[in-house]
Amino acid sequence: MFDALRRPGGPLKLAVPRGALLEETLMLLDRIGIDTSGVRGDSRSLVFDGGELTLVTMRPYDVPTYVEAGAADVGITGKDVLIEQGDRPVYELVDLGIGRCRMVLATQKGDPGPSEHQRRLGMMRIATKYPRIAERHFEQRGRQVEVVEVKGSIELAPLVGLADGIVDLVATGRTLAENNLEVREEIVTCTARLVANRVSYKIRAEEVDDLAARLRAAAEPAP
Amino acid sequence: MLHPIPPGTRDVLPDEMLELRRIQSALLDVFAEYSYREVRTPTLEYADSLELGDRRSADAAYRFFDDRGELLALRTDMTIPIARLVAGRLGGVEPPHRLCYLANAYRAVTPQRGELREFGQAGIELIGGAGPDATAEVIEVLSRALTAVGLDRAVIGLGNAGLWAGLLVDCGASRETAERSSELLVRHDLVGVEAVLREAAELEDAHVEALIEVIGLRGGGEVLDRAATFGGDRFTSALGRLRTTSAAVADREIGHKVQIDLGMLRDIGYYSGATIEVYDPTVGEIIGGGGRYDDLMGKFGVNLPAAGFTLYIERIHKAQIQQGVSGV
Repeated sequence: MFDALRRPGGPLKLAVPRGALLEETLMLLDRIGIDTSGVRGDSRSLVFDGGELTLVTMRPYDVPTYVEAGAADVGITGKDVLIEQGDRPVYELVDLGIGRCRMVLATQKGDPGPSEHQRRLGMMRIATKYPRIAERHFEQRGRQVEVVEVKGSIELAPLVGLADGIVDLVATGRTLAENNLEVREEIVTCTARLVANRVSYKIRAEEVDDLAARLRAAAEPAP
Repeated sequence: MLHPIPPGTRDVLPDEMLELRRIQSALLDVFAEYSYREVRTPTLEYADSLELGDRRSADAAYRFFDDRGELLALRTDMTIPIARLVAGRLGGVEPPHRLCYLANAYRAVTPQRGELREFGQAGIELIGGAGPDATAEVIEVLSRALTAVGLDRAVIGLGNAGLWAGLLVDCGASRETAERSSELLVRHDLVGVEAVLREAAELEDAHVEALIEVIGLRGGGEVLDRAATFGGDRFTSALGRLRTTSAAVADREIGHKVQIDLGMLRDIGYYSGATIEVYDPTVGEIIGGGGRYDDLMGKFGVNLPAAGFTLYIERIHKAQIQQGVSGV
């Protein structure tokens, strides 16, 4: 199996995102007849035989990296990741509709709000895992911000005074509420996408198109 | 003691150099066989000359002032310097000009992506050769070049820069719809293209479906037949040119290496007709590209049609190693 991973040919390699997107992704793959039992099991492996596809599991943020290099032919990841890594040339083929969440600007409850910081300090400090999305959002609106990149627990930043607000992904809003934060602005709504390597999309066109069509059909809400 | 070199540049040691030289000489032999003669242009050019060719794609990453305060730039490809050379030096020579080159080009890189700032290119330019037959000649040389370096499984993607623009006009797309969707298509965001088209109030539903289907059409001659049912005059005319080119390629018995691709829109602005990308199953990036740029020479004051391709030497070497093409 490991030899087959390096050689072109063989089943298409699909990069599957671990984490919050995993369960919905596996349900979608089940619906089109891919064997996901290996990924669901408690193995520590990262690579699984899914029958017609080889499933390669990784963090969502790494999916564009693997797909761009052709280490995975196709992959599933969030639009948030794709916007943040917009300079990676991968084909974005299908909006899978799963993993829906909002990229928002949030600040502490009862805070005078971003406009007050902006008025008095001329700028505000924003903590985020998505520095490019944050920078672009404020730049397009002509607002000065200082973006601070942090890797995890973004909610902490405004609580202890690292930043005035955060730009982060929100699904239910519970984490924000528990940390005394509230949404001030919506930046963009994100869902998961099927992406493909530039070369695989051409050289293995039929297989990629077939997978895209089946996932598109499976992703459509039941009538 | 280790003295650093800038990221994205590299030293080449003897073993690798031998293999790179073998690739280069195999390519030059093929070019010579088709009567393409090698030229060299300076690594440094006036920034103004490079920008004359195409502001967006020739946007040099490395610019500096010389001792007289002139703004110089490192070239980003060889097509524009050769266009300048032909306009300035070969005015008295009867076209067509068949020229080839081995050269380094320079582009900006994103840190930690394994990208090269300085990379090797080998390619040809056929300047003053018009029409499908000239394009087919370029594709034949390309096909022979790929065989000469042992990449028998490489695929040559063939598109036409006028298809997408033509179909948008034929369908009555507004300028804004055309610009937004084209920008997304260049970035391969097909989900985004579909969203823009579906939002566009001026487009009829049938046209939206046709545009979306055309983007995904890639394959053999059946792709052309399928597309023949779409569009109006402009699309039909671009499709006709693609069909003629494809027939001319088939006449040269290299049709099996070519994949017709109606959704190909390259990010380099000077392409006017056929566009070419080269893929190898073992490398995740394109290993070469090119096409027809009939309007480029005009920017240098000489109206000549032109076409050419370039191959990325380091990526070809990588493909050879992946495929077990033997070393020196």
